[in-house]
Amino acid sequence: MSIWEYANPKKFMETSSWALPWVTGLAVASLLSGLIWGFFFTPDDYRQGSTVKIIYIHVPSAMMAINCWAMMLVTSLVWLIRRHHVSALAAKAAAPIGMTMTLIALFTGAIWGQPMWGTWWAWDPRLTAFLILFLFYLGYIALWGAVDDPDTAADLTSVLCLVGSVFALLSRYAVLFWNQGLHQGASLSLDKEEHVADVFAWPLWLSMAGFGLLFLTLVLFRTRTEIRARRLRALEARERMA
Amino acid sequence: MLALLLRDLRLATRAGGGFGLSLAFFLIVTVLVPFGVGPEGGTLAKIAPGILWVGALLACLLSLDRIFALDREDGSLDLLATAPIPMEGAVAVKALAHWLTTGLPLTLAAPVLGVLLNLPLPAFQPLLLSLLIGTPALSMIGTFGAALTVGLKRGGLLLSLLVLPLYIPTLIYGAEAARRGGEGLATATPLLMMAGITLGTIAILPFAAAAAIRVNLR
Amino acid sequence: MLAVRDLAATRGGLRLIEGVSFDLLPGQALVLRGPNGIGKTTLLRTIAGLQPAAAGTVDLPPEGLAYAGHADGLKATLTVTENLTFWARIFGQSDIGNALEAMDLVQLADRPAQNLSAGQKRRLGLARLLVTGRRLWLLDEPTVSLDRASVALFATAVRAHLAAGGAALMATHIDLGLDDAGTLDLTPFRARFPAAGQGDGFDEAFA
Repeated sequence: MSIWEYANPKKFMETSSWALPWVTGLAVASLLSGLIWGFFFTPDDYRQGSTVKIIYIHVPSAMMAINCWAMMLVTSLVWLIRRHHVSALAAKAAAPIGMTMTLIALFTGAIWGQPMWGTWWAWDPRLTAFLILFLFYLGYIALWGAVDDPDTAADLTSVLCLVGSVFALLSRYAVLFWNQGLHQGASLSLDKEEHVADVFAWPLWLSMAGFGLLFLTLVLFRTRTEIRARRLRALEARERMA
Repeated sequence: MLALLLRDLRLATRAGGGFGLSLAFFLIVTVLVPFGVGPEGGTLAKIAPGILWVGALLACLLSLDRIFALDREDGSLDLLATAPIPMEGAVAVKALAHWLTTGLPLTLAAPVLGVLLNLPLPAFQPLLLSLLIGTPALSMIGTFGAALTVGLKRGGLLLSLLVLPLYIPTLIYGAEAARRGGEGLATATPLLMMAGITLGTIAILPFAAAAAIRVNLR
Repeated sequence: MLAVRDLAATRGGLRLIEGVSFDLLPGQALVLRGPNGIGKTTLLRTIAGLQPAAAGTVDLPPEGLAYAGHADGLKATLTVTENLTFWARIFGQSDIGNALEAMDLVQLADRPAQNLSAGQKRRLGLARLLVTGRRLWLLDEPTVSLDRASVALFATAVRAHLAAGGAALMATHIDLGLDDAGTLDLTPFRARFPAAGQGDGFDEAFA
């Protein structure tokens, strides 16, 4: 029994159709409980008031935005090395979800930042890094859309994902450098983890788990769709040949 | 390899080769900026390093899709792929040819345009240095992007979309070096960081670009 | 010189031909035949290494081969001599005089390629083969847009190449008058569309 068994589309479809309801249920349960707990049963922050509660969406979505790219990196590598179609399709399926998570993180950040910093947007290193991540998602998805042949598209996007990951890291550090250069010591700090008290921590953990499971649900769902589309394509090609 | 370099240079300088177009574009973009932000010298001096770097970057972008698209259209790319030179080498040589016909002229023109934008005197040397070190990275990254999109009919727009995010680190360090120079600060750190990026891209991207070309040819 | 064993070639993810096996010895020419779309070009590109084989093996001579596809790889703004010199140098050769002469291009040597007629361009593209110094030629429809005299010129060049110990694999519909050129009809090798559970498609795993 090796993990590569699940790279077989048929095995993957069987396992995922069995797992999907459970994962979906767990995702809904932990998301609902985490968000309801966080929104209604935690005290307001003494300084930030109730605006702090956006943390239960902002932090998990930001986390998943990065994790999604990491997952795409791994699946791209698996495709390039072992040529498992499911892996490439999973990367394709994950990209729009990751992009949405990035957008959610950016928007909730803006909504949070407005009352706190008095501005919707600041060229803070972390914000800028997320904006750049969004651009990377955009390019990756556009490349998938532009190439007709699915295997060619998988190869090209995988190479882009590998190179993009390196440049995303480079950008992250370049942005840190650049911002210091601009502001001479950033006045806006986003180091939330440091002052999250226990009362806030538990619902935060729950909603993080919820976002993770939600991501898993969507990826499984979309990968199944991609597999079906790919199979349809193969069948159609076969029809034309016959 | 040398033959390929000489051919690409010759093609670029012949009629219709596009040599000088990026240079003209760079000039026009730079001249447009004062119309947009006003002629006030202090403002211009402040934004000059950034404008010059962004302008050079866009001018560089303009000629990227020619790197492989023309060779693919006339079949040269197929023939090169079956020729006894490694595709990685061909890619590196083509990036070098692109730099010699685009990056280097842009670098040399930048100080002249710097005068137009009222660039502070101490910023000239770091600007020149940063462009000299940074534009090879722009060419190499652009060559990678061109390799990714060579199979597409109208890949120009996609090419920009793919390449521009990859340009961010180079742009940041490059403009920062020139800006620091203008303020009389030390410029060694951004220049060294950028040199690192340039060397890294030259070491790694020919392989990624060659892989992309092989995928696109089949 | 060229040994092809059980080769299968795909285009656009679809297997076109399979089970192709043949040997090509020095001095031999082999003409691929078959209806349009059977996969002659695909087979040639696969043997040339431009695309991966779906199955089977290709043994090439150690020094590689010279491939001539539908496009000639000419640069419009370069002269005939410049174009030819470039390819000669890429293949590590220097002498282009013989090639110019063999394809009757001496008169045109200083003319930019954009001023050549289609047939003249084709002749230049074929002259490129002569400057590669490779023994194995892969030719995809080499005689397209050539007139009768040029075809004879090309046939002479191929004969000389074979006599010098070279070999040629070509897809063409025109009889070049090569005395002992073999013919390989690809029709029997047309891939039967794979039954579920076999073949290389994505969906065999669903069997």
